[in-house]
Amino acid sequence: MSRPPALHFHHVDVRFGEVDVLQDINFDVEPGEFVAIIGPNGAGKSTLIKVAFGLVTPRRGHAAIFGRDAGDQPERIGYVPQLKTFDRSFPATALELVVSGLRRRWPAWIRTAERERARATLAQVGAEGLAQRPLAKLSGGELQRAFLARALIRRPDIVLLDEPATGVDFLAEHDLYDLLEKYQTETGATIAMITHDLAAARYHASSVVAMNRRVHGFGLPEEVLCESCLREAFGHIGHSHEVIVL
Amino acid sequence: MSWLNDLRDIFGFAFMQRALIAGLLVALTSGLLGVFVVQRGLSFLGDGLAHASFGGVALGLLVGLEQPLWVALPFTLVAALGIAWVRERTRLSSDTAIGIFFAVSVALGVLFIGLRREYQVDAWHLLFGSILGIGQQDLYLIAAVTVLAFGLMIPLWGRLAYATFDAELAQTDGVKVGRLEYLLFALAAVVIVASVQVVGVILIAAYLVIPAAAARLVSPSLSVMSLLSVLFGVLSTSVGLVASFFLDVPSGSTIVLTQALVFVVAALAMKR
Repeated sequence: MSRPPALHFHHVDVRFGEVDVLQDINFDVEPGEFVAIIGPNGAGKSTLIKVAFGLVTPRRGHAAIFGRDAGDQPERIGYVPQLKTFDRSFPATALELVVSGLRRRWPAWIRTAERERARATLAQVGAEGLAQRPLAKLSGGELQRAFLARALIRRPDIVLLDEPATGVDFLAEHDLYDLLEKYQTETGATIAMITHDLAAARYHASSVVAMNRRVHGFGLPEEVLCESCLREAFGHIGHSHEVIVL
Repeated sequence: MSWLNDLRDIFGFAFMQRALIAGLLVALTSGLLGVFVVQRGLSFLGDGLAHASFGGVALGLLVGLEQPLWVALPFTLVAALGIAWVRERTRLSSDTAIGIFFAVSVALGVLFIGLRREYQVDAWHLLFGSILGIGQQDLYLIAAVTVLAFGLMIPLWGRLAYATFDAELAQTDGVKVGRLEYLLFALAAVVIVASVQVVGVILIAAYLVIPAAAARLVSPSLSVMSLLSVLFGVLSTSVGLVASFFLDVPSGSTIVLTQALVFVVAALAMKR
């Protein structure tokens, strides 16, 4: 019996009010793939992730992770949200953030075993020195590592990332992709990443989904990151994007 | 140690014992709840619900109830759930949603009191509180609300804190964020109605906001903030009550001014 796909979208339609946010989204991501989901602002990329998590109910179609609802298997899924969504004034240390990924609740106190595991995961992402630092005092790159450690501490079979490079400098972004590839090599996990960064999609992903409310291209990076496909998804492509598709 | 003898004398009176216990219970529940109110940017909620309770109590007085809080409770609960509903279903900000219910409740309260056409001493007590007049039945009510608040908030603390940190992240881990928000608002309504007698409608919001805000300034984590918020509330209530006895001024004002003093000390002690 074949394994179910890591990510499965079956003719998914989502409408918010009078706006069709997603139209007939229909694709599968096989286990072990590194898929980049690209598209312009407002293309419905983040909504797609919410559908996968069951946070948005489609008016038609369905989504599944490893053949089941995300809510039935949270321990198999690691999620790295957009940094811009979280409240930086929240009083917390990086260690508490990482332990929240293990416990799936915010920790009032941290047990010794949890502390050791969280420190080991922070070390795995090169952030062992951040454990006791307040989140408010971390740079974008440091925060991204802390959130990545939070996602990886449960040793997920799939890691979903929503624009992980936003607010992160070039070197930190490069390190992030290296860490993801290392984790994938070690564990065989699936990586699904929403990104605006076509260069990252070109050089790190094994497959690319180009979308703008509907899927305009799905396949190998060199197939999808072609000028016609990008023009269809984005409407136009800027000068920097032209460099990628050459 | 004459001040110890003075304290013994002060709290030898049964009404002072009841006042202290009532004030401490309100400080405990408001301190714990206030952490989520402050951290979610809902500081105006305390004022909004306190004024909703004013409308409810005024209605209770109008219909001639001996204990108008039994009308204030459902009245304030409806307002709290209404605010939560408007927040969830519309794009209006929290302060707008609270402001609407605040204004309507005060308007109704003034209308009900106007319709009563009798001496308005009850309404005066309602606005400014009468902690020294707390009876045994009132104390039981406040104690029951304290048990309810702690019974719900301690087991749910980890989920409430997670949803306060990032609602979407908490949802992806199975936390029912929407239900928790309704519960938090409903609990705030119950705590405020039960506490209104202690410091009154005008000052009850301070109990929810100032100790938690002071704790926020000096806390490295939400759990420490919760402990300090409760501690600051308890300390301010004790000191404020004793000060009101010696100065012979209303205790609601001395308690809130002591909370403000704690806030100033915390602000000065805050590490930049």
